[in-house]
Amino acid sequence: MKALVCVKRVIDYNVKPRVKADGTGVELANVKMSMNPFDEIAVEEAIRLKEKGVVSEVVAVSVGPAKAADTLRTALAMGADRAILVQSDEDVEPLGVAKIVAAIAGEEQPGLIITGKQAIDDDSNQVGQMIAALLGRPQGTFANEVSVEGDQLIVKREIDGGLETVKLALPAVVTTDLRLNEPRYASLPNIMKAKSKPLATKTAADLGVDVSPRLKTLKVAEPPVRAAGVKVADVDALVAKLKELGVA
Amino acid sequence: MGKVLLWVEHDGAAIKDATLSAVTAAAQLGDVVALVAGEGVDGVAAAAAQIAGVSAVLKADDAAYAHALAENVAPLVAGLMADYDAFVAPATTTGKNVAPRVAALLDVAQVSDILSVEGPKTFTRPIYAGNAIARVESGDAKLVVTVRATAFAKADATGGSASVDAVSGAGDAGLSSFVGSEIAKSERPELTSAKVIVSGGRALKDAETFAATITPLADKLGAAIGASRAAVDAGYVPNDYQVGQTGKIVAPQVYVAVGISGAIQHLAGMKDSKTIIAINKDEDAPIFQVADVGLVADLFTAVPELVGKL
Repeated sequence: MKALVCVKRVIDYNVKPRVKADGTGVELANVKMSMNPFDEIAVEEAIRLKEKGVVSEVVAVSVGPAKAADTLRTALAMGADRAILVQSDEDVEPLGVAKIVAAIAGEEQPGLIITGKQAIDDDSNQVGQMIAALLGRPQGTFANEVSVEGDQLIVKREIDGGLETVKLALPAVVTTDLRLNEPRYASLPNIMKAKSKPLATKTAADLGVDVSPRLKTLKVAEPPVRAAGVKVADVDALVAKLKELGVA
Repeated sequence: MGKVLLWVEHDGAAIKDATLSAVTAAAQLGDVVALVAGEGVDGVAAAAAQIAGVSAVLKADDAAYAHALAENVAPLVAGLMADYDAFVAPATTTGKNVAPRVAALLDVAQVSDILSVEGPKTFTRPIYAGNAIARVESGDAKLVVTVRATAFAKADATGGSASVDAVSGAGDAGLSSFVGSEIAKSERPELTSAKVIVSGGRALKDAETFAATITPLADKLGAAIGASRAAVDAGYVPNDYQVGQTGKIVAPQVYVAVGISGAIQHLAGMKDSKTIIAINKDEDAPIFQVADVGLVADLFTAVPELVGKL
């Protein structure tokens, strides 16, 4: 069974985003970019399934600018076998990304598609579910544990209030939650090796997919600032504050 | 004004509070028709009919809809959408699971996690973990929207008297089945609807210390217990305690952060709380930049002292 993993190049997890002065977006020039953390978990899960002998080949896909090739190289260094970059200098919305991945799935016929549950830039949390819808496949979203039993996929999902287990018919789509696994670091030899692994570049047009945006971003603004309050000297003063608030 | 199909989130017995906030958002887009999908949901449908602002209830009663499996309910919703202009769901784990599948079936771009309705097709929503707010306008003929519950007031659960009509869909798509769930049972208020929350961070050392320190304070304040991602990752408390960008978004009357430094990801989940109280021994901790009341102290002496004085 082949696994397709989707990765996105995003502003690094540790960088505090700055809104552009003209309100058109967030400043990305000269900002450290990395693989979306949930996608690292997706890559790791695919590699572990390969190590267990469940998956035969791991193909990483990214939709993004030419620089997204770096993100794909990271996936290759972690252990993916080959990569496909669908190059676009414009932002592609989740629906467009899902259509691209669905088109690639048509060519590659993966048994499993794994995506992060959301990207930490637009926080949409849509792509995996949309891929599943477009392909008519079941979806195991917010996965905490994944196992394959014959032609079924067992997914333990993180839901409000606890965990839920579902059984899905393969082929299926999985989106990863934080605690599915801890992604490995790529070793230096593997980073070197990744440079010679195959990386194909295509466009949405090559795949016959229309990715025209449906949403217009009118403005991006800073959130309302919460003013710092007061520091109290001791526990007694804190007790007095809690009483004022009517909770003690 | 258009016609809005609203997803009612329930556990088979009671309607979840997030639904009431979604009603408020949906009402700003048009006439609200509530969809109750599940098995044996007469009671839930009757409760939905009483929500103020709901003009009609559609009840889809089928074993296939019992656990809101997206593979089964998304086609049901997409089919009903022929008669509606918008599908609105609360941004709970169920809403997040189902709505994008509906959107893709309708070939519509979803607007996730809205904070406000600015116009018939214009919304604000948080991006970058709430570090920026985007105002977006949909160009699609139909809307699919999920609603951040803490950003909208709850509609009254009573006062309405809508009619209930049965609808049906294709039922079981044959792609997925429910195996089981582990839902944490607790006497405490639920995290997302609690008036007071006491949250602990990595500084709590281990599961035993977390429980011994945080529980008595939460008991005294009648509070729900939350945690930072660091505390959850370290195994002090279960996953569903996590407050933050990738955990639960909360906005209680009072949020008490104990031994939490205030990473961006955590602040994203709680900065809309009415009053934030922080106890931390590091006076430069970022949590103090958002706290209304801060106490710089060692939590292991301050929290027991606080419990004793409450």
